[in-house]
Amino acid sequence: MNSFLRVAWLVMRKDLKVESRSWEMMSTTLFFAVSCVLVFSFAFVREGRAIEGAAAGILWIAVAFSGTLSLGPTFERERYHDALRGLLLAPVERAAVFVGKLLGVLLLMSVVEVVVAVLVALLFQAPLIQYFWWIGALLMLGNLGFASVGTLFAAMLARTRSRAVLLPILLYPITMPVLIAGVMGTVAVIQIEPNFDLARFWLALLLFFDAIFLTLALWTFEPVMTE
Amino acid sequence: MSLQPISVFEFNELIVSGLFKYYGRRTALRNVTLTLRSGELVGLVGPNGAGKSTLLGVMATLIQPSKGGVHYGDHSPRQAGASLRANIGFLSHDLQLYSDLTARENLEFFAGLYGLDRPEWHARNALDYSGLADRADDLVQGFSRGMRQRLALERVLLHKPRLILLDEPFTGLDEVAGTRLIARLRELKNEDCIVLLATHDLEIVDGLLDRTVMLHSGEIVEFEKTMHGSLREQYQRTLQLISKA
Repeated sequence: MNSFLRVAWLVMRKDLKVESRSWEMMSTTLFFAVSCVLVFSFAFVREGRAIEGAAAGILWIAVAFSGTLSLGPTFERERYHDALRGLLLAPVERAAVFVGKLLGVLLLMSVVEVVVAVLVALLFQAPLIQYFWWIGALLMLGNLGFASVGTLFAAMLARTRSRAVLLPILLYPITMPVLIAGVMGTVAVIQIEPNFDLARFWLALLLFFDAIFLTLALWTFEPVMTE
Repeated sequence: MSLQPISVFEFNELIVSGLFKYYGRRTALRNVTLTLRSGELVGLVGPNGAGKSTLLGVMATLIQPSKGGVHYGDHSPRQAGASLRANIGFLSHDLQLYSDLTARENLEFFAGLYGLDRPEWHARNALDYSGLADRADDLVQGFSRGMRQRLALERVLLHKPRLILLDEPFTGLDEVAGTRLIARLRELKNEDCIVLLATHDLEIVDGLLDRTVMLHSGEIVEFEKTMHGSLREQYQRTLQLISKA
């Protein structure tokens, strides 16, 4: 393993260790996502049948909102006792620090999404588990795009006072293409007659957004972290 | 797990020349020019808001100067890149520790980041030096300010940096820990390190420093050559002269 990946691994492992001491991020995010799905299931499921397409929208709403909840504390924890500066002073590529933080967020979001996907499949009778690989790929790529931009913004806002307000304001407009591609791709897979060609198109679009967002985030992390 | 050792370059002096730092309309540093050499233990004093922490931040490469620059030997920070940071140890006022990790985990994490072989060994050594070996597996959030200060100092020195920047290193230390820190600073000086420490504890560092540099409203005022008396008396007299001028 080269030094870049090792640093990313160290940062991710440290974040997961800190999280395992309180489960603060995981419990908040999971609780919010599950509540969100439950509330929507009362509104959109009538006589055991869900409105067409509702499952896809709710799945991705839960992903976006719970993702935002998990992004805030990622750099908030670095802010306590100015640990962020200690991290930035280490003789490592700062992009590796970014990747480590990103991997931690991705892992937490993935765990939440597995629970949410199972719940949506059960409550909305959506064939999410039947098309596990398609849904898994869409969620994974959607996660990556959303979390790349989110981790960068969370880092940028770590030193600002109104970061809790600014994060969603900045994050949602920019990640909207990712969320739309995710919803449309999911609809294409779980509709009564799945359209896999269309799903493939949305997957490719997600991959395209991921490449752009990840490149931009890796490129800009170093300058935005220098005061 | 260990990382490959980072290629570091040696430098024997740090040259700050014509340094300005603006935060909006406020000037935090104004034309600061200063040279620090290896084996020197220099004090940085001045009233609150004089720019001491900003200057340390610029020297640590964490703050980008608005004008002027810092050279580490023949290298600018841009030329040296990440390898320069392997030679800098910076203890800020906020200590830069993770309170949800234990003392040992903090040290091992940073030893890993600095690419040190056998991080556990380095962490154990640092715990011995800080006198916290018996609290190694306790979370840092349960430590007193003095204990955190001792741990943070050893965290900063883990990778044996050439340039050591300390912001108020005596804060929260009791007499024994303070004496231990003074001995540690002398050790670092004998190891040819460049040590710059910003402090208000002038009685403690009196007689320890090779020279003192004073910052006032972002500008350097040197005062050690012309006056006698204790460091505190010199400091106060210099402040009086400045306010009269």
